[in-house]
Amino acid sequence: MGLVPDGAQAAARSLPPAIELSGVHKSFGSVQAVNGIDLTVASGEIVAFLGPNGAGKTSTIDVILGLSQPTSGQVSVYGMHPRQAISRGLVAAVMQTGGLLKDLTVAETARYTASLFARSQPVAEVLDRAGIAAIADRRVGKCSGGEQQRLRFAMALLPDPELLVLDEPTTGMDVEGRRGFWAAIRQDAELGRTVLFATHYLEEADAYADRIILLRHGQIVADGTSTQVKALAAGRTVRATLAGADEMTLRGIPGADSAEVRGDTILVHSSDSDAVARYLLTSTPATDLEITTRGLEDAFIALTSDDTDSSSPGAPR
Amino acid sequence: MSSTRSLTAADLATRQAPGLGGLNPTVLGLEVRRLVRNRRTVIFAVIAPVVLFLVFGLNKAYANDPDGHGNVSAFIMVSMALYGAVLATTTGGAMVSIERAAGWSRQLRLTPLSPTAYIIMKILTAMVLGLASVLAVFAVGIITGKPSMPVYLWIVSGLCVWIGSLVFAAFGLFLGYLLPTENVMQFLGIVMALLAFAGGLFIPLSHYPQLLQTIAKFTPLYGLNQLVHAPLLGGSIHLAWVANAAAWLAIFAGGAIWRFRKDTARV
Repeated sequence: MGLVPDGAQAAARSLPPAIELSGVHKSFGSVQAVNGIDLTVASGEIVAFLGPNGAGKTSTIDVILGLSQPTSGQVSVYGMHPRQAISRGLVAAVMQTGGLLKDLTVAETARYTASLFARSQPVAEVLDRAGIAAIADRRVGKCSGGEQQRLRFAMALLPDPELLVLDEPTTGMDVEGRRGFWAAIRQDAELGRTVLFATHYLEEADAYADRIILLRHGQIVADGTSTQVKALAAGRTVRATLAGADEMTLRGIPGADSAEVRGDTILVHSSDSDAVARYLLTSTPATDLEITTRGLEDAFIALTSDDTDSSSPGAPR
Repeated sequence: MSSTRSLTAADLATRQAPGLGGLNPTVLGLEVRRLVRNRRTVIFAVIAPVVLFLVFGLNKAYANDPDGHGNVSAFIMVSMALYGAVLATTTGGAMVSIERAAGWSRQLRLTPLSPTAYIIMKILTAMVLGLASVLAVFAVGIITGKPSMPVYLWIVSGLCVWIGSLVFAAFGLFLGYLLPTENVMQFLGIVMALLAFAGGLFIPLSHYPQLLQTIAKFTPLYGLNQLVHAPLLGGSIHLAWVANAAAWLAIFAGGAIWRFRKDTARV
């Protein structure tokens, strides 16, 4: 994904990636929250971490932000330690449950945050961009959940960060609030900011990211453009009767992503079911061929849930 | 992909971390404003000691009796200033408890503010409230015209009280890190009243039974109370007073640092 503008390529050579994780593990006691993640995010990308609760999204984000230390592995943000990147205002985040002080007003909270950075955008301007200029003098304790989330967004914009990290930023918002929030983020991302957000909503990842990283059990199970991941998730299953087949051979079929053998019945999952069907009918004695489509949502669940270990899909990289 | 911002390595180099770990006058001002906005805090730390002085410090039966270089009213005024100042600094320190419970401490870790700068900010804020408390009691003392002592003793006693209250800023921080709850303030009110009685701030220790007097000498406000009255009373400074204050400072500060380290340890 070459998202660096051509003219800037010379400069980009010496520019470290926005995020670089290598072999990152994070365990809490016996629970492996992050189980070996390698990831490079280039400057300018808009990346979604997609996965169900417990997939390791928040744990990975905590590591990227320096809020927690990986059990093993390396993390760097713009080539430096996360804490350094935060101190320099290079990275900012909107967390799922970041705390706010109820006894300050919206504007005071923003001024408080702005004063901590060496360089900050004007508070009034940022409140305006986050759509909360009208409630600047309201106490935070009297703001709705959506308004508080916009305030957190405004706080994240203050240092004019190069990388903006959002951890399930719309949790608990109603449809209206969610739409407004994403409109603000999208508008902001058009300025070329690198954005990484976590979500468990397929539609959110689809609509706002140009790269989707699917997480399951603390591992990356798919990584590609929205179209690639959607194709993967929206693939079809080819079912046929074929005696004596083995899974290894079936996976070698052109276009096959995964395969399963149940007695004489074979199930081949593929994003190119036509190729698989053609092969089975022309090169094998397979009979009773049947092609079924999985819904997008079903496929997503299948990709990220527990019982698909026998058919883990190949990830387009 | 058109991009209005094309980041270069040179841009990264222009990004700097703030000095002093992020500590600055704006944030201190806002922290003080938060404390003052809390009506409970103001009533407890500023109004209560003033009222106590008005009740106990003006009694005609003893107020004008000479005491050291001044009179009894001046002695009681210094006691009440100390009570207010330690309440103020303990409350200010214990604010970390509310901020931790609210998740604000975590939010601050997404800013350049360093943990050490945060603690220093909390101590400075607590000390501003402590100063307000001392000034309020002394101002009311001046208005009533009852307390009498040389001008230099007003200044020296006031400073002793204010600087001494730093011990309790450490106490507040320790409790704040130990008890991450919104209710820590109610708990503090009771604890501080008990410590004030035990330290002899409200009733002279000589009025207590012998056993209680002995126990009182080991409580945290005893040494401080004796020390802040020393300039007014003249006489020598007992080593036991200094030892008491120093020991409790070490315990509170040590406890606060221990809990603080545990809190900021990256999990």
